[in-house]
Amino acid sequence: MTRKIRRRVAVVGAGMSLFMRRALETGRELSYYAAQQALESAGVRLKDIEAVTMATAPDAFDGVHMKGEWLLDGAGGTRKPYLRAYVGGGSGVFSLISGWTLVASGLFDLVLVVAEEKMSSCQPHPQGAFLTIFDHTIERPLGPNLLWIFSLEQQRYMQTYGIRNEDIALVSVKNKRNALDHPAAQVAANLTVADVLASEVVAWPVHRLMVSPVSDGAAAIVLAADSIAQRLTDKPIWVQGVGWALDTSYWGNRDLSYPRYVEVAAKMAYEMAGLTEPRKQIHIAEPYDPFAYKELHHLEGLQLADRGKAPEDLAAGRFDRTGELPTCPSGGLMGVGNPIAAAGLMKVCELFWQLRGEAGARQVPGTPERGVAQAWGDLMQIGTVAVLGVH
Amino acid sequence: MAPPNSRRIDAPPPQPLRGRGLRDDEFRRRVSVTPWTPVLEYGWDTGLAIGRFLEGLQEGKIYGTHCRQCGRTVTPPRAFCELDFKPMDEWVELADTGTINTFSICYITWDMKPLRRPQIPAVIDIDGTTPRGGFLHLLGGVSGNTVEDIREQISIGMPVRAVWKKPRDRTGAITDILHFAPAGKRR
Amino acid sequence: MSDRVAIVGAGTTPPRPLSPDQSFREMTFAAAARAYEDAGVSHRDIDSFISVCEDFHEGTSITDEYVPDQLGAVLRPVQTIAGDGIQGIATAFMLIRSGIADVVAVEAHAKSSNILRHDEVLAMGLDPVYERPLGVNPHYVAAMEMRRYLHDSGRTDTAVADVVVENRRRALGNPIAPYGAVLTAADVLAAALVSEPLRASMISAYADGAVVLVLASEERAEAALRPVWIRGIGWSSDTSALSMRDWATATYAALATAMAYQMAGIERPADELAFAEVDDTYAHKQLQHLDAARLTAPGGEPLVPVNRSGGSLGMGYCYDASALYRTAEAVRQIRGEAGRNQVPGATTGLVLSWRGVPTQTGGALVLGDH
Repeated sequence: MTRKIRRRVAVVGAGMSLFMRRALETGRELSYYAAQQALESAGVRLKDIEAVTMATAPDAFDGVHMKGEWLLDGAGGTRKPYLRAYVGGGSGVFSLISGWTLVASGLFDLVLVVAEEKMSSCQPHPQGAFLTIFDHTIERPLGPNLLWIFSLEQQRYMQTYGIRNEDIALVSVKNKRNALDHPAAQVAANLTVADVLASEVVAWPVHRLMVSPVSDGAAAIVLAADSIAQRLTDKPIWVQGVGWALDTSYWGNRDLSYPRYVEVAAKMAYEMAGLTEPRKQIHIAEPYDPFAYKELHHLEGLQLADRGKAPEDLAAGRFDRTGELPTCPSGGLMGVGNPIAAAGLMKVCELFWQLRGEAGARQVPGTPERGVAQAWGDLMQIGTVAVLGVH
Repeated sequence: MAPPNSRRIDAPPPQPLRGRGLRDDEFRRRVSVTPWTPVLEYGWDTGLAIGRFLEGLQEGKIYGTHCRQCGRTVTPPRAFCELDFKPMDEWVELADTGTINTFSICYITWDMKPLRRPQIPAVIDIDGTTPRGGFLHLLGGVSGNTVEDIREQISIGMPVRAVWKKPRDRTGAITDILHFAPAGKRR
Repeated sequence: MSDRVAIVGAGTTPPRPLSPDQSFREMTFAAAARAYEDAGVSHRDIDSFISVCEDFHEGTSITDEYVPDQLGAVLRPVQTIAGDGIQGIATAFMLIRSGIADVVAVEAHAKSSNILRHDEVLAMGLDPVYERPLGVNPHYVAAMEMRRYLHDSGRTDTAVADVVVENRRRALGNPIAPYGAVLTAADVLAAALVSEPLRASMISAYADGAVVLVLASEERAEAALRPVWIRGIGWSSDTSALSMRDWATATYAALATAMAYQMAGIERPADELAFAEVDDTYAHKQLQHLDAARLTAPGGEPLVPVNRSGGSLGMGYCYDASALYRTAEAVRQIRGEAGRNQVPGATTGLVLSWRGVPTQTGGALVLGDH
């Protein structure tokens, strides 16, 4: 892309609901909690908002078709230009990109972004809905479940680089421990590697404690154009780069040991942000961690670790909150929870709070100036990346 | 007692997070729930490429397609090359053998019921493809139920062969292949 | 940096009741190949891709997984808009205006014939607690709206029947429309009642098809043969709750057209627009949408030629692809390629879309030749 970006966009407010296994609240109500908190934190009212973008993953969970429309009242979208961008698990970070597009285009100055998921509606178990993501003709008759794609990918990753399950289990340990400091956390815990490996094998090589939970929850942010952002807050957090890429649906033809789609998305975002040395220039990373190994897989795709080497960096403490490159200081999906679209936006909220020094007990030391949030989804296909910074 | 419905972030400005989590028993017995069972039925047109692929399966054959521009031979077959954005040039009959690209040993069904005898999903790279690639299927012809037992019999890179349903039982579906099984002795 | 964005390519497959010879991938590939050829681009020239689709229309969750291959978009920026076709075009418009992309493709397809229980899919769109348990056929929502609209506007169901007659006749002159017919208002009013006053003849029949549009920035559009400029665009969503809507008025359409008119600098739409393609999924919607777009005369007649393509009544209802089909028809009008249905001097036109029952979501597009 050789064109110049029209104008700069900043995050000026953020909010979220608790992440819970099953919430009393409806999806609309959860959206309202998050949206209202984001508006309050930005110091704006709903009538100031000019457009709304909503991210929410499969309609099958809530059991409502066209669920974007169904949720819109809770997301402040009534009688406004309202959009739903949907890229599976990538939606949470993509919602920021969608909101960015609304403002950067010059059409809207102040935009609300909401991400919601209510998986608990799906009975007898939300996992069942994932049957329908597979190819209807040549895959579904085999009775696949979501665990298959993760375990197949994890196995390939481990085999290619000689990574052991002990190395991967450390992600569960780190993130669940980080999440003890997150007020929304559903599955925070103090665990050891032995605890993780002692949990039952669900789909070898994946153990139960390497899987993020099913969750209900919502998150929201407010985006503003340049001059407006600076009037609303002393510390706008700028969207410096965005990138996204979707790989072929023929996943049996792909190299599963490396997420090329994350690399392509990251490079698009880094180029826009003018980054030449991401490992030095990025101070916090929130890669998508629906399963423990994915954090490592994604860090490599994000160019923040050498291929096959992320587990070593993890073991050496590089990714701890006090390490060289804190990753998932929020506690990630493994610790806070995984209401699919809301989880990705939660990572964006985390960067917002961290970069403003407002993350409380989760605050990473020093003065981090730039962070990257990444989400992933579909049949191991999409990478959505956003670079956020104080300048 | 209902659990507290808000917690404080210990960071400025302090804002309670909202949400009322329910326990399983609350969800099932005490909270009002409106059930709905969807009846969603679809009949998907297979089209040219997958239609022929399924016919091939009924004949006990695995087909792929070849693009002369990029030189790939791929399966599952497509009518067009997704990289060069042009129609595929020819059909290729592939072998019904391949190697294991990756596999897993799964103890849970798609609707979360436990399995004593695990399913072994795998990506099978089919012989004759360029570059090597293939599709999702199941492994069989493997004894034992534990991870240790199964891992002794299968590994990534191992050659496998399709085990077909009897011709009269085939319907033109991916399940005309019962599973892929280890092809002969290992080394 | 220029504000101007144009549609530089349009490719469609002819909508038809059945399409057993093509998978959705093959159908979309066909439309995309035509669109890229029309735009004079290769798939590699396209910077970003948008698909407008819905899981329950496809029978696949996270249906965006299956988008990139047939657009030549592997490992490229691809997103899905789970919404109206014009929202997809709006996203492309904004991507280009933001500067992050120069050329963007927008796709939608419908395999309506593959949905075996349409009413069940529609029912899933109703609120599960307040509305679905009533067990009403979703067409009843359109029927109640039609009843209220007739009551408030003073129109008769003959006026609604005339919409069907006109649109299906126009479809005879549209080479790709499958449902052309010569009917009389009496024929329409004699059709079976689905839910009084809505008759089967007033509901657009389903069709299968795919549409791809290519949009480009001014710099890139100047090189194209026949760019059609997006002068204005708007979209709006009103509450989908049945209990809280103004049944007679398509407020979402009024808001969407107001936004598009303002951007286009249009103050007197009836004078400044040469034609309109407005949603007619149900025949009465055409009248309701024209009212919202300020294109209805006091006596009730449309102030501009409407739905010369034959509308959805004539072309078929193609779910998420309907709005893009109508946009492609509008593009043809402005390029002067509409054959028997050409409106003379069609230099500026409106496309107005609606997402269907039970939504109150719609989009508006003002297109022009400069």
